Amino acid sequence: MIPGAFAYHRPTSVKDAVGLLAQFGDDGRALAGGHSLIPMMKLRLATPANLVDLAGIAELKGVRAEGDEVVVGAMTTQHDLIASDLLSEKIPILRETSEQIADPQVRYLGTLGGNVANGDPGNDMPAVMVCLNATYQVTGDKGERRIPARQFYQGAYFTALEPGEVLTAVRIPVPAAGHGYAYEKLKRKVGDYATAAAAVVLALNGGKVASCSIGLTNVGETPLWAQEAATILLGSTLDAATVKRAVAAAEAITAPASDARGPALYRTKMAGVMLTRALARAKSRTRG
Amino acid sequence: MNAQTPTSAERAEKLEGMGCRRKRVEDIRFVQGKGNYVDDLKLPGMLYGDFNRSPHAHARIKKIDTTKAAAVPGVVAVITAETLKTVNLAWMPTLAGDTQMVLADGKVLFQNQEVAFVIAEDRYVAADAADLVEVEYEPLPVNVDPLKAMTADAPMIREDLKDKTDGAHGKRKHYNHIFSWQSGDKAATDAAFDKAEVKIKEMIVYPRVHPCPLETCQCVASFDKIKGELTLWGTFQAPHVIRTVGSLISKIPEHKIHVIAPDIGGGFGNKVGAYPGYICSIVASIVTGRPVKWTEDRIENLSTTAFARDFYMETEIAATRDGKVTGLRCYTIADHGAFDACANATKWPAGLFSIISGSYDFPAAHVLVDGVYTNKAPGGVAYRCSFRVTEAAYAIERAMDIMAQKLGMDPAEFRMKNLIRREQFPYTSAFGWQYDSGDYHTAMNKALESVDYKKLREEQKAKREAFRRGETRDLMGIGVAFFTEIVGAGPSRACDILGIAMFDSAEIRIHPTGSGICRLGTKSQGQGHETTYAQIIATELGLPADNIMVEEGNTDTAPYGLGTYGSRSTPVSGAATAMACRKIKAKAQMIAAYMLEVHDDDLEWDVDRFRVKGNPERFKTMTELAWAAYHEVPPGMEPGLEAINYYDPPNFTYPFGAYICVVDVDVDTGQTKVRRFYALDDCGTRINPMIIEGQIHGGLTEAFGIAMGQEIHYDEQGNVTTASFMDYFLPTAVETPHWETDWTTTPSPHHPIGAKGVGESPNVGGVPCFSNAVNDAFAFLGSTHIQMPHDHWRTWTAAEKLGLHG
Amino acid sequence: MAKSHITMTVNGKTIEALVEPRTLLIHFLRDQQNITGPHIGCETSHCGACTVDLDGKSVKSCTVFAVQANGTDVRTIEGMANPDGTLHALQEGFREMHGLQCGFCTPGMIMRAYRLLQENKNPTEQEIRYGISGNLCRCTGYQNIVKAIQFAAAKLNGVAFQEAAE
Repeated sequence: MIPGAFAYHRPTSVKDAVGLLAQFGDDGRALAGGHSLIPMMKLRLATPANLVDLAGIAELKGVRAEGDEVVVGAMTTQHDLIASDLLSEKIPILRETSEQIADPQVRYLGTLGGNVANGDPGNDMPAVMVCLNATYQVTGDKGERRIPARQFYQGAYFTALEPGEVLTAVRIPVPAAGHGYAYEKLKRKVGDYATAAAAVVLALNGGKVASCSIGLTNVGETPLWAQEAATILLGSTLDAATVKRAVAAAEAITAPASDARGPALYRTKMAGVMLTRALARAKSRTRG
Repeated sequence: MNAQTPTSAERAEKLEGMGCRRKRVEDIRFVQGKGNYVDDLKLPGMLYGDFNRSPHAHARIKKIDTTKAAAVPGVVAVITAETLKTVNLAWMPTLAGDTQMVLADGKVLFQNQEVAFVIAEDRYVAADAADLVEVEYEPLPVNVDPLKAMTADAPMIREDLKDKTDGAHGKRKHYNHIFSWQSGDKAATDAAFDKAEVKIKEMIVYPRVHPCPLETCQCVASFDKIKGELTLWGTFQAPHVIRTVGSLISKIPEHKIHVIAPDIGGGFGNKVGAYPGYICSIVASIVTGRPVKWTEDRIENLSTTAFARDFYMETEIAATRDGKVTGLRCYTIADHGAFDACANATKWPAGLFSIISGSYDFPAAHVLVDGVYTNKAPGGVAYRCSFRVTEAAYAIERAMDIMAQKLGMDPAEFRMKNLIRREQFPYTSAFGWQYDSGDYHTAMNKALESVDYKKLREEQKAKREAFRRGETRDLMGIGVAFFTEIVGAGPSRACDILGIAMFDSAEIRIHPTGSGICRLGTKSQGQGHETTYAQIIATELGLPADNIMVEEGNTDTAPYGLGTYGSRSTPVSGAATAMACRKIKAKAQMIAAYMLEVHDDDLEWDVDRFRVKGNPERFKTMTELAWAAYHEVPPGMEPGLEAINYYDPPNFTYPFGAYICVVDVDVDTGQTKVRRFYALDDCGTRINPMIIEGQIHGGLTEAFGIAMGQEIHYDEQGNVTTASFMDYFLPTAVETPHWETDWTTTPSPHHPIGAKGVGESPNVGGVPCFSNAVNDAFAFLGSTHIQMPHDHWRTWTAAEKLGLHG
Repeated sequence: MAKSHITMTVNGKTIEALVEPRTLLIHFLRDQQNITGPHIGCETSHCGACTVDLDGKSVKSCTVFAVQANGTDVRTIEGMANPDGTLHALQEGFREMHGLQCGFCTPGMIMRAYRLLQENKNPTEQEIRYGISGNLCRCTGYQNIVKAIQFAAAKLNGVAFQEAAE
């Protein structure tokens, strides 16, 4: 229940935050919404000697359109994501996902940046970002760089983020108008991590799949981009036989942990079921 | 009488006595955040205690080094078993006749067992220091499987009992064996099975779960060196028992121990017994001369305090071909963990498990229970269970469904054929229990009609056909449960806790101005006693409930009682309240007669007054009589208006109910949606219907959690894998179904107000109802028994085994 | 570890204190400020018994350091009654509808319900259940808590309350 001791820092600029993190190295951690890190600190699974609170950095907040992308500040909370009219209109899968993360209190403080940068296989947003082909804007003491979400996740709690780097924004290409989307999440109860979840974004042309992208949550050490499954669906009408083949391809890339949510085999099968249901729902939402 | 004089009915309504939906008195402070829970308490100079706990499930302790811990600034002391041995408190007696380590003595027997107790100036320092206690362990082989506990090569858990073949409850047949207990007529039962036309046998497991009240266990111990007195605040469902046990083991005279149970944030049986945290806090306070507070974390609570169930029940029913039951047999292995710390009445090591014949007229029955030790947390009886009644009800209700299936009969029809009939009451079961009253067929019919059972079965038939045609992937299940439970422990001839009979008490004092105070030996943890006992008094004495203060939990002022658990408050202290009221009323009647210058027998009672028979204009209200009691009593009579009653119940009470549940199982994910849950309860006289409904809602929600996902799970190395809210399934408002409540009223003939108690009924009947519903969904495919919890993956696995995933 | 100086308003009152950075807001409130309404029911941020209203957000005060709350405006159950001592509609509703038994989850539940009704003046039953999904209760089964919140919503909206049948 009681965390270990640490020194607390609250910079007001990204530059200062990065400077502090570089200074502390392994002895420092960034604090975003805190709802992943602080529970770990309370169980003493994480004992950083320094916390760098990003809450005071104005430039990390906000949602704005920039060309054919929407740029979401890393410190944007789940609550703000849900409330954003821009996102509801342009990238509605985000809201649907956000509403299935944790509970109202956690959503008031939990941030998009925290959810995507942690490398926790249980977090929901990484698979959605992988599905949407988002890019993570990252700043370190060597300057800024951009990392595609699809290249960001390397293992459980292991990402492409270098020590001292801070995720500052998520850049998401806006899907085509009239696209179909769904985030289908099986969970033991509301607020739980996914037993398995599937993110689907697709577009139809004349009733046939013109584009499709699939992300899978919590059925591997990282979020999974089910590329082969999506390719199988291209040009199809999402008929049962083709969907079945796509599901098999998606199941084949899963390697879930066996835990209280179920044995690995079950969770793989559930990834398949979630994908099937997400495809159906995404199809029903397509326009034009 | 004129139009403006209130009628009897109007006067009765104003009293807010029994039967009305009186708003709760305790709410006024709770909704303002002014409850008084143990952790709210701050005393000058108070210290905080925290445990260092074992990561191993079974290991020898080679060495404990407390130097680093003791050196942390702010740490006042570090206690180990060696410290406790100097005051003979390294081990303490349990309520089940066993002994239990307070701090690990030479070895640890379950994961998270207490090894050292750190006492510091604040809780943050205590936590830091607890982490710095260094312990050298030599791991030992682990056994967490009760079915393997009595094999020849099973690891020996209790070396301290190595050569003891005599246990607290008879002979021990193996070093991991605790007791054998049996009840019923074995010969007659075996004979019934030998000639049975139809038999079923099933291993029915009630997994280990935990009551998990929202407030964990905690205490503040304050030993006054100068007076030699100990004051102990704590989360105690049975404060007097804690005082007596505390005195026996600490040797502090009982009159110098003050135990106070303030507001408690839920108990459900988790807060009945004494825990190492309490003992260590007391010792720490004695050693340091300062008050010591101990509060446990949730993981500590779930992994080390009184768990519930863990019963492996091989259950058999014998019946005739046309569906009359002829015999019931059950052999159970009971996993008690490392110490038998069950809070049972002394003579009943398996509690009241022999209620297992339930609501059915079994001519012959026999049960045998073997308790065993394993490397798990100690305990066994808890969680709204009324001493193993939940286990018994689960076994019989599942077994009845399995038999109905074998006979090709509808589960409700099969039950109707075997329910004890109204004319048979008072009914003596094959185990010797005398059920006080019941009208089961009326209740069952009411339930079946209310849900339109026939139509549900027709719908199910149509849906099954649709499933077979591939038109739906949902399976509809209908669960039926008709439970009888045994509560209100209990008659002194049968029930004692460590030698103290299980009576209970009420002491009522009426003040001159007509209000009063009632103190009882029970202790509410949310059941609304401050509201409901006052309602009994309002009806009995004709004083407004609002004028009666109800107090529990302070052992100096409350009369001795055995506390609140097992739905015993209404049956026992509720009876004591009524009896004490009647003594007061009798005295008041004499005073009234004296004042009205008539004979006692010339008076009749009318709601709130004694009036002269045939001359109702002449009366004295109880309020007037209260005033009179202090100055105008008949010559020779003592002034004052008070009474105390210690009630030794002549029998248990037997609430019952008919529950029906409709579920839709998504075969492809294993998710079960509860479409409808109808609960009809008969608890005899209903004191406050609003509170009864609340108890049913709450108990059904706990039953839902148990049936659909709760378990305290151990892996093979003895690691507890479900010890936090990440994994221990507590439903939120989203998962929790809507509850429909209904009732019949069959008063208990032996209870002064006919009330039976109701708090645990929903957990007793709810779990089998949910489990029967899920099982029923698959029954038409040949499935006989799917083990609970019915969480998604297990339900899916059952569907997979039936070949439903193509 | 050196202490930090923080100030915040709690239930309308400005307070100043010195805290270790690691001091959780729940401990700061309960142990240092004697505001014992919010409770502790777990250490994994699930139960919600510690919920307070912080700068217009429902927040689990066990998952926030007091230093993070520096400069904020915090409201707990103790600050819900009206200045004249009459109960807030939610406090009244919880009593009217028997939305509590042991009372332990109640302060956090009411603080969450308060913010829920600010977000949505007229929530459906489903919205209420989803809206309180971060608050666990072991006693009531939530059914009467839903009614309590509906009662309060009606009162705050100035309309008559229709209690649903059992």
